[in-house]
Amino acid sequence: MASIEEGGDGGHKKGPGVKKAKKLSTRVDMTPLVDLGFLLITFFVFTATMSTPTTLDLNMPKDVKDVKEQTEVKESSVLSIMLGKNNVIYYYEGKLKEDGSNFKTATYTSIRDIIVNKKKEVISRYVTDPACEAKAKAEGKPVSNCADKDFVVIIKPSPEATYKNTVDMLDEMTINQVRTYAMVKIFDQEFELIKVTEGAAPATAPAK
Amino acid sequence: MPSVKIPKKSTFTDMTPFVDVSFLILTFFIMATKFKPQEPVEITTPGSVLSQKLPENNAVLISIDSTDRVYFTILSEKDKSKFDVIIAGINSSQNLGLSPSEMANFKKTFAVGVPFAGLKQLLATDAKDQPKLKVPGIPVLDTLNNQLFWWIREAKSAFRGEKLNYLIKGDGASKYPTFEAVISALKKNEEFKYNLVTALDEIPAGTELYRREAAGEKDLKK
Repeated sequence: MASIEEGGDGGHKKGPGVKKAKKLSTRVDMTPLVDLGFLLITFFVFTATMSTPTTLDLNMPKDVKDVKEQTEVKESSVLSIMLGKNNVIYYYEGKLKEDGSNFKTATYTSIRDIIVNKKKEVISRYVTDPACEAKAKAEGKPVSNCADKDFVVIIKPSPEATYKNTVDMLDEMTINQVRTYAMVKIFDQEFELIKVTEGAAPATAPAK
Repeated sequence: MPSVKIPKKSTFTDMTPFVDVSFLILTFFIMATKFKPQEPVEITTPGSVLSQKLPENNAVLISIDSTDRVYFTILSEKDKSKFDVIIAGINSSQNLGLSPSEMANFKKTFAVGVPFAGLKQLLATDAKDQPKLKVPGIPVLDTLNNQLFWWIREAKSAFRGEKLNYLIKGDGASKYPTFEAVISALKKNEEFKYNLVTALDEIPAGTELYRREAAGEKDLKK
């Protein structure tokens, strides 16, 4: 294989004494070259980092001590989502009832429908707000943004939730185009309720 | 009997196109490869659908590993003098009594994952041997002794007048309280905008974001 082919048989004789240079073939055996090339390709393929990391923006509000300065939200358009351990989600709509009857359980796969349905519900209750629509037009944003301006999701990770749970939830906000959401410390009362629910039936769910 | 003669064909194939293609692929991989930067610990980031690029300069990288240890890294390829400013600031504010050679070693230190008390030992170790050290992580969970606050404060003052990004790279399995403590250290420094490092996930089909992307809207965050 590894040989340079000797071309022809030296050409024809023109006559005695006339020496002609041997015609060498220009064909070079490329096998070693290919070997080396593929070795390098293999090396680079293995070392290449194909998954380039991306980022998720997170903007946190300033801690406001003064109650007056805190943002108020409409109770009926709020969805509170609590992240418990073992990838279980607890949620309630509006205000948590005294008896905890609207405190429900979900998983990372089922929460999407809950968010989407709640959003639809809020949009269906929308009464045309001319001030907001005029503002949206002036800023070049779609008027439909006004319909769900009241919709707020409050994310409350419990101390037992993992970082992945938190990021998944924030991601869910992007996926479902929830414009207003906040990450808030969980209330003791809610954490107690989670504990009670877990005690009754220890739920586990697969991660997303 | 006349025998059928099978013509002997040469086994010598022309490899030139083959070589052409292989070297083309090789060139592509050489160009596209970016070597993985050295990492203090193996961190598996959770996925997200956003495909924003990660800023790699002028950034503070706060890593949280799967056992909730916190590491602090300065990313400043262009201006190495920032490292000196930061370590000098930490040294004087915490009275660590670091020697000049130890402070110079900070530049080569990839990640700080020790409390202030252990910083002298870490910096006295050669940068190559540092990954072998067992580090406890920067203490953050104690609200009165959130040491990350000091690191961020020094970084902030060193990068005054420039844009500084805060990258938080957490392992999916790390617990939420650690993340919250990191956020609170940043909040105390009056910093409210962060970038969470994630791997890229596909946008689930049928969702609103999916429809908007299909419609060709650029700014998916809005």
